[in-house]
Amino acid sequence: MFDRRKFIIGGAAGALSLGFAPRMAFAQAATNKRFVFIIQRGAADGLSTLAPVGDPAFAGIRGALAEDFVGGAAHRIDAMFALHPSLGGLAKLYQAKQALFAHAIASPYRDRSHFDGQNVLESGGARAYARKDGWMNRMLGLLPSENARAIAVAATVPMALRGEREVASYAPSNLPDASDDLLQRVATLYAGDAQLHGIWEQATATRLLAGDLAADNGRNAAATGALAARLMMPANGARIAMIETGGWDTHAGQRARIGAQLRGLDAMVGALQSGLGDAWGQTMVLVATEFGRTVAVNGTGGTDHGTGASAMLIGGGVKGGRILSDWPGLAQAALYEGRDLKPTLGLDAFISSAVAAHFGLDPARAMTALFPDSPDAQAIEGLA
Amino acid sequence: MGKVAAMEASIALNRFALGGRPGDAPPENPKRWLIDQLDAYQPRPPAIAAAPTTTAVAQGLADYFQELRQGRMQLRQAGGMQAPSASMQPAVMTGQRQRNPAMRSLRMETARETRADGRAHYVDAVGARMEAVMRTPAPFVERLVHFWANHFAVSADKLTVVGLAGTMEFDAIRPHVLGKFADMLMAVERHPAMLLYLDQAQSVGPNSPLGQQVSGRSNRRVGLNENLAREILELHTMGVGSGYTQADVTEFARAMTGWTAAGIGNGQAARVAGTRGEPGTFVFAPRLHEPGARTILGKIYDQQGVAQANAVLADLATHPATAKNIATKLARHFSGDAPPAPLVAKLERAFLSSGGDLPTVYRALIDAPEAWAAGAPKFKTPWEWSVSTMRALGAQSVDGQAMTGLLNQLGQPVWRPGSPAGYDDIAASWAGPDALMRRVQAAERIASQIRGDVDPRARAAQLFPAALSDTTAQAIARAESPAQGLALMLVSPEMLRR
Repeated sequence: MFDRRKFIIGGAAGALSLGFAPRMAFAQAATNKRFVFIIQRGAADGLSTLAPVGDPAFAGIRGALAEDFVGGAAHRIDAMFALHPSLGGLAKLYQAKQALFAHAIASPYRDRSHFDGQNVLESGGARAYARKDGWMNRMLGLLPSENARAIAVAATVPMALRGEREVASYAPSNLPDASDDLLQRVATLYAGDAQLHGIWEQATATRLLAGDLAADNGRNAAATGALAARLMMPANGARIAMIETGGWDTHAGQRARIGAQLRGLDAMVGALQSGLGDAWGQTMVLVATEFGRTVAVNGTGGTDHGTGASAMLIGGGVKGGRILSDWPGLAQAALYEGRDLKPTLGLDAFISSAVAAHFGLDPARAMTALFPDSPDAQAIEGLA
Repeated sequence: MGKVAAMEASIALNRFALGGRPGDAPPENPKRWLIDQLDAYQPRPPAIAAAPTTTAVAQGLADYFQELRQGRMQLRQAGGMQAPSASMQPAVMTGQRQRNPAMRSLRMETARETRADGRAHYVDAVGARMEAVMRTPAPFVERLVHFWANHFAVSADKLTVVGLAGTMEFDAIRPHVLGKFADMLMAVERHPAMLLYLDQAQSVGPNSPLGQQVSGRSNRRVGLNENLAREILELHTMGVGSGYTQADVTEFARAMTGWTAAGIGNGQAARVAGTRGEPGTFVFAPRLHEPGARTILGKIYDQQGVAQANAVLADLATHPATAKNIATKLARHFSGDAPPAPLVAKLERAFLSSGGDLPTVYRALIDAPEAWAAGAPKFKTPWEWSVSTMRALGAQSVDGQAMTGLLNQLGQPVWRPGSPAGYDDIAASWAGPDALMRRVQAAERIASQIRGDVDPRARAAQLFPAALSDTTAQAIARAESPAQGLALMLVSPEMLRR
């Protein structure tokens, strides 16, 4: 019954792509402000991102990982901190007061499972799997509602965007577009199916908006950033986006891997900035991870699952050029459970305060909606 | 066949097994049909027997590391440098590689070749995996093989794991899918894909002979790596939050030191493991092992050498938390994203009372009414959908490259979940707008390549006995062509769920 012995689906079989492999998801709300959440899945090492080179214990405990910060390659920020050499673009944004870094920061989660930690980071609960929807979805409810139609650009909707407000998804595809006739018949086929009906409506709506963006296939970080910017530029385009990045779980050979990862992140932010043009002035990009990594280097030139991490706010709408940190120190006695950077700043309050400042929301109301399990967290003033 | 019997046949075919094939009669006695498969299963059918073996893939990796070592020696000699002493770290692991352009180009060239070889093995293995389930007499057991491969996930992202990922399923999981859980656990944790993926092959006890030998040096590069020990507890056995502590993880990691594979690692630990035996075979290297007794979950393990971690794994394999973790995942796979508690309890009891005898657990599953609830509680993953699609169309042989591309496009690259937790087994992870559009696009393309006189109306009625909705039957009947009818059948709600 087959015209060939071998069943060939397509010549363009996808290659194994290694390393920095982003996926994306978008949501829309009626405002000219743009907000992007770049999630770093796998526990990004804050001490390699924004290194406390002024801490007397730094060079000793970090071993080979401190070598990236010796000499002139790293971007010195102040007496205490330096950015990784791969983050040249972010260093420029910091100089232009469009980047703010937070350090020794953590969500309420205190164990060391990626999957539970990401669930807490994305759901905004105090414990893993305690909440069924994500803080970004709840955030949509705080923004002007008349145009709260949501768009998602990823094969599936990540936890942070899941919830009662509709969020579509889109990601580039190598498959040929299906014929319009088949699409209409599928719509009829799904009309009576509660689950598939809604998903299919979103799928076809997204297809019209995305046009021929599939061409660049979103394979690398810069292309993904540029694609995100193109989807956020039009008057009826997305206003809120989430980009997933992986490859941060550097248990071995961290020095080379983190350099490549951070270069990808730098390129992605750069592509967002250039792609958004004038809209960059009203944009806020949040970069955050589920938890940090051990302070000491392990036996395989890497680091293991830790606690305190770093986070970033970037964009023309950010009051940047500063570092937010109550630095706990790297001396042995100062470490959390004797091994991790001690968290002194709450990621929940940081995110909620940033969102509130960016969109002009009441900080207490934002905190209650986004992170209802952390009602006593103090808002941080003046992030945007 | 009565209506109820037909519904049960449909559940057996689609929810328990991998979907019907043209010409398959619906099973008269669905439960008996499933249980008989426990005898009919073939651990090594022709498609798998022809696929790359662990030894063959590992040999390629061993050659790669050998080539690197020789190239480095030649470069050193050409540059008038001293050859490295036996205890020195290979240059490929030091900062030298950034500074030495000749070494860097050697490294890039050999890595490129090795990646190409690994990728060829990977593609062949993907093809073998799909082809094996086209003709199998035991599709229910084949589904369980896929379940366990995802439970013990490795991800073909690392150079060393790309080619080995499939061999772990073929050589460590397939032989034990109808055995004791403890035996499968032991085979998996000793397979080179797992030892390399979760960094165990590089882990060195700080007080081991090797650890002591290098501890005096300033640029110390060997030490403990707790990655595999943590994931065994968190994912393979007890499950996250089941009562073990960070101290248990670290102690277990110490007990596991010395577990490595022959001939295919890099760095100091691999030199000690040596090249004795066939590349890729499990090696216990006493020089890497942390001496002394370990305390894990309150129990003291004072065994020497390899027996220590063996004893820990044997205890973990039958731990009540493991029984609960496995029971929950199996129940979720067959009865829905939020599995009913009574079903979980039945599977847990079967696991515990039998000491982790997997066929006993499978029989309890087949016997449980909760697993036969009406409807289709599971949204198929891209892999499940692709398998049932190929079977529904009667494919006899498949092309590994095409299958690799299809699964990449559908968002579930085979053996490449990107994390040791494997792929999610819930609808929220797969039932997205873009994912659905991709299935429709793939279905149209696949259906357009079918030649011959397939009547999609008859095929759909056969695949879903007594479960085909009027809406789907009508949509297929009104299609503009048989190919379009087939495409609609492939993306129908009946085909997307099980």
